[in-house]
Amino acid sequence: MAREMTGAEMVIKALVDQGVTDIFGYPGGAVLPIYDELCQQEDLTHVLVRHEQGAVHAAEGYARSTGKVGVVLVTSGPGATNAVTGLTDALMDSIPIVCITGQVPTHLIGNDAFQECDTVGITRPCTKHNYLVKDVEDLGRVLHEAFYVASNGRPGPVVVDIPKDVQFATGTYAATPQVRHKTYRPKIKGDQPAIREAVEALASAKKPIIYSGGGIINSGPSASRLLRDLVRITGYPITSTLMGLGAYPASGDNWMGMLGMHGTYEANMAMHDCDVMLCIGARFDDRITGRLDAFAPHAKKIHVDIDASSINKNVHVDIPIIGDCAHVLEDMVRIWKARSAQPDKKALEAWWAQIAEWRKKDSLGYEKNDDIIMPQYAIERLYELTKDRDVYISTEVGQHQMWAAQHFHFQEPNRWMTSGGLGTMGYGLPAAVGIQKAHPDALVIDIAGEASVLMTMQEMSTAVQYRLPIKIFILNNEYMGMVRQWQQLLHGNRISQSYMESLPDFVKLAEAYGAVGFRVDKPGDLDDAIKEMIEVDQPVIFDCRVHKLANCYPMIPSGKAHNEMLLGDGVEAEEVSDAGKVLV
Amino acid sequence: MKPEISESHTISVLVDNEPGVLARVIGLFSGRGYNIDSLTVTETEHEAHLSRITVVTAGTPMVIEQIKAQLERLVPVHSVMDLTVSGPSIERELALIKVEGKGEKRVEALRLADAFRARVIDATTESFVFEVTGRTNKIDQFISLMKPLGLSEVARTGVAAISRGVGGLSSDS
Ligand SMILES: Cc1ncc(C[n+]2csc(CCOP(=O)(O)OP(=O)(O)O)c2C)c(N)n1
Ligand SMILES: [Mg+2]
Repeated sequence: MAREMTGAEMVIKALVDQGVTDIFGYPGGAVLPIYDELCQQEDLTHVLVRHEQGAVHAAEGYARSTGKVGVVLVTSGPGATNAVTGLTDALMDSIPIVCITGQVPTHLIGNDAFQECDTVGITRPCTKHNYLVKDVEDLGRVLHEAFYVASNGRPGPVVVDIPKDVQFATGTYAATPQVRHKTYRPKIKGDQPAIREAVEALASAKKPIIYSGGGIINSGPSASRLLRDLVRITGYPITSTLMGLGAYPASGDNWMGMLGMHGTYEANMAMHDCDVMLCIGARFDDRITGRLDAFAPHAKKIHVDIDASSINKNVHVDIPIIGDCAHVLEDMVRIWKARSAQPDKKALEAWWAQIAEWRKKDSLGYEKNDDIIMPQYAIERLYELTKDRDVYISTEVGQHQMWAAQHFHFQEPNRWMTSGGLGTMGYGLPAAVGIQKAHPDALVIDIAGEASVLMTMQEMSTAVQYRLPIKIFILNNEYMGMVRQWQQLLHGNRISQSYMESLPDFVKLAEAYGAVGFRVDKPGDLDDAIKEMIEVDQPVIFDCRVHKLANCYPMIPSGKAHNEMLLGDGVEAEEVSDAGKVLV
Repeated sequence: MKPEISESHTISVLVDNEPGVLARVIGLFSGRGYNIDSLTVTETEHEAHLSRITVVTAGTPMVIEQIKAQLERLVPVHSVMDLTVSGPSIERELALIKVEGKGEKRVEALRLADAFRARVIDATTESFVFEVTGRTNKIDQFISLMKPLGLSEVARTGVAAISRGVGGLSSDS
């Protein structure tokens, strides 16, 4: 039904027609007409953040934990530029976001008007697509198209920049939530002969491995279910990227733990030695592959991805399949079940025996300590004491993030929100705000580092305002631990600017925000404090004082191969070549 | 790994003629570190608002494959065709070339222009402007011949390219 309305009304209408119920934003001159409409309706709830970066991360947390599109509303100029980090983060991690930005009126565009910036120019490389809407008659269509583009194919952030005069102008709005796009039509079904070939290759493997990633999560719950089916019927070992944790349950029999730079010894060794690799919904990122010319040298590689540009980008693969993970997995499971020949049982037994040998290294093991809280222990306890609850975890970036990935065991998809591709410190706290908004009764914990969390700490105020009882669990080592670890390994132990001096008193800080603070520094007090924290129905900052110099292992140093992992401290700096040092 | 050699490819891209589309394509090349040896763009189907971009680029086969996949996933892109591998194709470029001089050099310039089928489209007693079309290397050659004869200015369109025979780049693929 077409109707006359203003551009600002159209924004609200289109969001409601898209099924949006929550948006994250911050007002300003160039979006006042939209804010004016917002306060006169009841379908949309707005969460007022404290910084626009926080709005995007909150929307990311919301999106990743629900499978819906996250929606952001910010003003022109500084509002838009503040959103750029969040948009880039969403692009790197394929999170569907629609970000509406206000713009100066069309007649002022290009005049260096107050709070003008070239939003579409600035955000072009950090969005999947963006629009500047200069005619109110285009606005409804563009808004619906933005949702279509954000959520179809490989998901990503989309910016819709709306000049203020367009928000005031009256035009015709047609509710067209279903878009058949004239150019953008991603391929969903995989090529059948290629899938058949892939199943044959898998079935004839002697040392197979399944390596899955965030694409499984993006594809939806059915993809995780089908992945589990495939693992069950093949009996093959499975590992996952950081972004894919939870798609296959960490308690599952075939789980080898995460792979990559801080992955388990068994996962990385199996990647190196495998003869057939199924990579599904992952992209051979440099954190995963280690040294490229030594990556899985003997493997026939199958790669399933919805984005053709991910295929043969870093690693040449033998069987590329372009399509949505769930669709391709469905075909694979069906074809596997229909074939009569069985995989080489003997070879598989030997392969699993080899994996068991690798496992004996206990690569995630660490030295226990009765006096000082080891960071790994803190995560273990947090996991044990929360695992029977409806729990969602976000993280910041650093050692704590890797320890969380290693020691918190995810059983379901959409439970783990972390900044993988961009590695954005400051992601976790606002992401927790968004997650809690989407799941009001769940236990939402940001596993944080004391340095990262200060980057977006102001969002505690948002959490308090909306009574979002997020738990900020800080592994406080008084260091940018991950930076220090690299300085120790690669820069002759010269600790340059990575010690966190003058840290705030986190307990008082919590109280200043109107939240609740905890501090624990004895292993013996940890359990009770965590239990107490869970019971608090308010936002919490938990200052968990951990061992200051613990390092995160195992580790594949940059420029090294999967079978050249470091399992603990005591390596000489010279061991990493200059070529490796230039890598990040 | 075997060393891969860089090869030149001519790629045609059919896009919606909307603001920013060229910036998207150029940003893709600069942002990902791909080469642009030549780039032309203009509206080719007015009613349908379609523009055709012809880009000549160089890279290893893996990079060329990436470039095509990256172009294909841009939202306003209708279709991408690698003319270098999709069959026989024709490439042409047009150049306007100003040569200044007198006497014997002037005569020589005219003689060479004739051999290259370059047309004189402007003349004064001390200058010519030649119009020449052809493949890039023909134009390069003509320009280098004009250098000692008083070459003063060159304007080139960049490469336009199309496949031979029936069929080609269409908006509904
Ligand atoms: C915005 C941003 N700036 C810089 C970095 C580089 N960096 C990666 S980890 C890290 C240190 C993080 O320290 P902390 O949050 O205390 O975590 P820890 O490693 O100590 O667990 C830094 C500075 C980054 N990832 N993001
Ligand atoms: Mg720290």
